[in-house]
Parts: sequence; structure tokens; C-alpha cells
Amino acid sequence: MVKKSIHDINRKIEEGNVRVVTAEEMVDIVKVTSVSEATKEVDVVTTGTFGAMCSSGAWLNFGHSDPPIKMKKVWLNDVEAYTGVAAIDAYIGATQLSDSMGIEYGGAHVIEDLIRGKSVDVHATSYGTDCYPRKMLNTTLTIDDLNQAIMQNPRNAYQKYNVATNSSNTTLKTYMGILLPNNGNVTYSGAGVLSPLSNDPNYETIGTGTRILLGGSQGYVTGIGTQHSPETNFGTMMVQGDMKRMSPEYVKAASFEGYGTSLYVGIGVPIPILNEDIARATAVSDDDIVTNILDYGVPSRNRPTIRQVTYGELRSGMIDIAGKEVPTSSLSSFKKSRQIASELKESIIQGDFNLTLPVERLSSKTVNRPMKQTSVNPLVGDIMSESVVTIKENASTYEAANKIMTCSFNHLPVVSDKNILTGIVTAWDISKAVAKKEFDFVGNIMTRNVITATPNEPIDIAAYRLDQNLVSALPVIDDKRNVVGIITSDDISKLLARRGNL
Amino acid sequence: MKIRIDISSDIVGKPIVAESIVETGALLNISQAHLDSTRGELVADIENEKYTDINKALTKRGAKVTVLDTPIIRDEDECIECGACISVCPVDVFSFEADWSLKVEQEKCIQCGTCIQMCPHNALSLER
Ligand code: SF4
Ligand code: SF4
Repeated sequence: MVKKSIHDINRKIEEGNVRVVTAEEMVDIVKVTSVSEATKEVDVVTTGTFGAMCSSGAWLNFGHSDPPIKMKKVWLNDVEAYTGVAAIDAYIGATQLSDSMGIEYGGAHVIEDLIRGKSVDVHATSYGTDCYPRKMLNTTLTIDDLNQAIMQNPRNAYQKYNVATNSSNTTLKTYMGILLPNNGNVTYSGAGVLSPLSNDPNYETIGTGTRILLGGSQGYVTGIGTQHSPETNFGTMMVQGDMKRMSPEYVKAASFEGYGTSLYVGIGVPIPILNEDIARATAVSDDDIVTNILDYGVPSRNRPTIRQVTYGELRSGMIDIAGKEVPTSSLSSFKKSRQIASELKESIIQGDFNLTLPVERLSSKTVNRPMKQTSVNPLVGDIMSESVVTIKENASTYEAANKIMTCSFNHLPVVSDKNILTGIVTAWDISKAVAKKEFDFVGNIMTRNVITATPNEPIDIAAYRLDQNLVSALPVIDDKRNVVGIITSDDISKLLARRGNL
Repeated sequence: MKIRIDISSDIVGKPIVAESIVETGALLNISQAHLDSTRGELVADIENEKYTDINKALTKRGAKVTVLDTPIIRDEDECIECGACISVCPVDVFSFEADWSLKVEQEKCIQCGTCIQMCPHNALSLER
């Protein structure tokens, strides 16, 4: 069995005879030769990824002003940064939104602007102390004026990502982009065959101290990322690099409609081929990496998995969901991921990039747990009124008006003979009909596209749906669309008022 | 010229296109139609000199007419060629080349605007 050490490989880099290939090229090399041949032949496999990495940000040190200030709060171009660390250090997070521009501009944009060399307006406030008397500060500076601008991203380069689709009947705007109704499209992320952690799934070479390409310049893996979950093959890493040396080509701000901002970060990780196991792992192809398609139409942490899928299928542009061909969209850029893997390959060949042995490998045991919640979320079924009054489609407008008068409900769900929900009619619909002198059947004046809730949904979800659709009541239905209750915005505000008093 | 006719839910059941054709004598050559109970969207070719008439006739009946003369524009400096736009376009304007560059077939665009909302990098626009 072939074995090499990092020193052997670094010596070859120095001597100018190192053999480096990208993770994509490695797939074919192993296919046409063999794992042992490939281990002998190849010294380093380079990986690359370029996608939205929300869990990113940077530590900035501003230097002391005169008179000095201990920043209690600080904004850069109106985006707040975290200041709870000494006087003039702050952490600007990628997803923090601008106070004035909302989701158009956020921490990610401040980071990109700094890297582009643009000047940024800084505004800070404080309470004043004997040692830091100043209470307010305004200045304008560029990245060159900062003592340090260190990018430190708590969770980057997920081994693989879940895939999103939406079975509901409304368009959703998510961090996975626009999800069209009725599983109209599928969005995915990650570099598949080029994904750093998918090429070293046992973390044999990646760990604390691994030198990587971050944002176009040399950076390091500092350890496991938050939510690192190797047991489910969702490993992550925490990375750090000097922002002053980064290139805007590999650090790009993004804004997802209806969600917020994020930072696209380019990361390239070299994998030294020390033995056959490592070589075999780097031969992983898009067809070998399996992930889950989740239904974002279900607004719960436990989104149902619709099916499993490989990156190979996703990259083909169309996948099958329940017998229907659905188009796919990547949110990360495969072309840029490739570019990063090739640039890393070139700089190793040129002798500009040495490999490192990690001080400690990424843990392969942690699992990611959901939040412990100490207060229980009430469900729709807990607070809905069960004594809901319904009406038939063929009832007259007059009858509907009468029912609303006597039962003092503003909303009447309309049902078929079998008690299946077919529409809703409100006091407003009736007034409209009367004003137009259309004393018609309920079926002709009702709204057919009814927004509904189910008894076992959390209240917060129903409240969100009320807001989104600008309605004030939701008929509650079971899985046969039988009406079992109704929940109104009044019910919910009463509940929230009670919660507030606790 | 190419036009898009948007018909909102409250008038989607009415024969407004037929009435407008009869009223103006304009020959609408409908190349695409997406109709359901919530809305309607038609794409059609029409002779240039008939445009003013048909626009008036349709607008009077509550439809919205858009001339399809400013197709989608991509800012190549902002675009990272992710392909997020590909799956949301109803007429397949976007696709990948063999080397994963983004191919844009502008002439197919019906100016619906969906891809603009999708693009994370603000690289797409319909304005001139
Ligand atoms: S979504 Fe935007 S950035 Fe992505 S490929 Fe399309 S135009 Fe380019
Ligand atoms: S505006 Fe609509 S039709 Fe035109 S490219 Fe975008 S999604 Fe496609």
C-alpha cells in the first residue's frame, strides 16, 4: 500500500514536481487506472465551492479615536455590528440588515464594499466612562484604515445541503430562493463532486490549522463549524482569513427576496493524498452524493423528506417528483467552484501554496440537535372555535346574511353536501352583493381560493399565514377537507396578550 | 410586434380577448396562453399598426397590455452563473452551456419578472 507524508508532498512542491489534480479530474483518473495507481500518481486533490454562506462575518478593529470611545453600538453604512467585545472591536455579520435599506443591503454588502476598497460610513454611540469619555462618533473609512479586518465564518462549506421544493399552493420566498407552488421547481446548493468535505468525509486531512483558499487568498480552517453533524454527513467548518487580502471575485454579497442578505464565499481546500483511503474518498462523483429533497411547503422544523436525490440528478437540470418532471436551480456556482479548485491547483503547482497537517482533525462524532424549548407552542386545535357555523353553496345570500347576524361570526365557511370546504363568504362579500343588487346564491359570491389551517399546526404558523394573506380568519380543516373549526386573528391576539402577561 | 396580455382573476371568465378582436378587427396570433381560475396570461403577435387599437380595447375591458420589446438584461459583472434563474423562468430563457456558463436566450423572454426576484445577485433587470 502506498503511503506518503505531508513532508514528502511539500518537498515535491518545493522541487516543482508535485502532481495536483482537481476533485473532478480525480474521478476519471481513478476510473481509468485504479485507486492504488491514483494514490501513487496524484499528490494533491483540490476542491472548491462558491455559494451562499449565511453564517459568515468579520472582526473589525477600528483603532482609537480622540477622545476615545467604548463603542456600545456601531453601524457601518447603517448595518449594525456586534460590539460586546472591548472598546473598538466589532463583528459584522453577513445577514444583519441595514436599518434604512432592509433586505437590499446588509452586513454581506458591507464586507463586499470593504473588500472592494470602497469607503464605509461608521456611526457609533456609547454611554461615556472616565477612561472612554466620548459618547458619539461619525467617521468614514476604508479597509486600509482598519487595524484588522479578519473574516471569521462560524459555519461554512457544508458537506452537502438539503434540497428545497414547495408542495403548497403559494409561491414561497426562502433562503433557498423562490419556490414555485405545486412543486414547480427545486433549488439546491453545494458543489457536489468538488465539495471539500464530501471529498474527505472522514476528515482524515481537514481540521484545525488546514491551510485553505478563502475569498481568493490564503486562510485557515479553525475547527468544526457550528451545527457540524458528521453522523448525518452534514459536516461544516469554521474558517478564518485576512479580509485585506481577499478579492471581490470570491466574496460577493447576495440578497434573497423576502428573506434577507447572505454572503457568497469562495473556499478551496487541498486534500493531500497520503494513502489509498484518502484517494478513494476523493474519487467521489456527483452520482455518489445523496441528499434529501425537503418540502418547504410545510413550515415546521421537521420538513418532510419528499425523496432522496443525487447531485448528479440535480445537475441534469430536471428531476422527477411524484411522476412530474421538475426543473432544478443551483444557488451556488459550479463554474466558480471549478475556477477555485483550478486556481488552488495552479498555486500549489507554482509553489505558492504549501500543505499543512491539521493540529486536530474535525470531530467525526458530533450530531446537531434541535433547540430545547422551555415553553410549549399552542396548536391551532387548542384555541380554535369548534362551534363553527357553515353554509351550503346553494343557500341564498339572504340566508347567509341571517346566519352572520344571529351567530355573530364574520366568516362563514361554505361546504358541499358532504361537509367538504369549497369556499368562504364574509359579511363584506354579502354587503358587496347587496350593494350590487345581486341577491344570488352563496356559491356565486363566495371566495373559492380559501386560506386554511389544520388543527395540529402551531399557532405562530397560522398567525403568519393570516398576515401574509391579509385575511382575518382561517377555516380549520382535517385531511379530508372537512371543516372542524375556525380560527380568527382575534383568537390569536387574545392568546398573545395572555402570553405577554405571563 | 409581440405583446403580453395579463387578465386578473375578477375578469378572467369574461370573453374580453374575443370581444377586443371583434371590435378592432386586429388579428391576434396567440403563441402562449396560461389560464386558470386565478389569472390569465397570453403572449401574442400583432401587426404594428393595430397595436394602439387593440391596446385600447383590451385596457378598456380591464386587461393589462405589455409590449415585449425590453427583454431581460443580465449584468455580467454581478452574475456569478449560479443558475438560480433557470428553474423559475416559464419560457426557459436560461440554461447552462457545457462548461456551466449561463446561456441567456433573450428573444424568448415574456417579461414576467420572476427571475428578477430570484436572482440573489441583483444581476437581472427589464429596464433599458
Ligand atoms: S440567478 Fe442571477 S447570478 Fe445566478 S445565474 Fe441567474 S443571473 Fe446570474
Ligand atoms: S422576465 Fe420572465 S420570461 Fe423573461 S427571462 Fe425572466 S423569468 Fe423568463
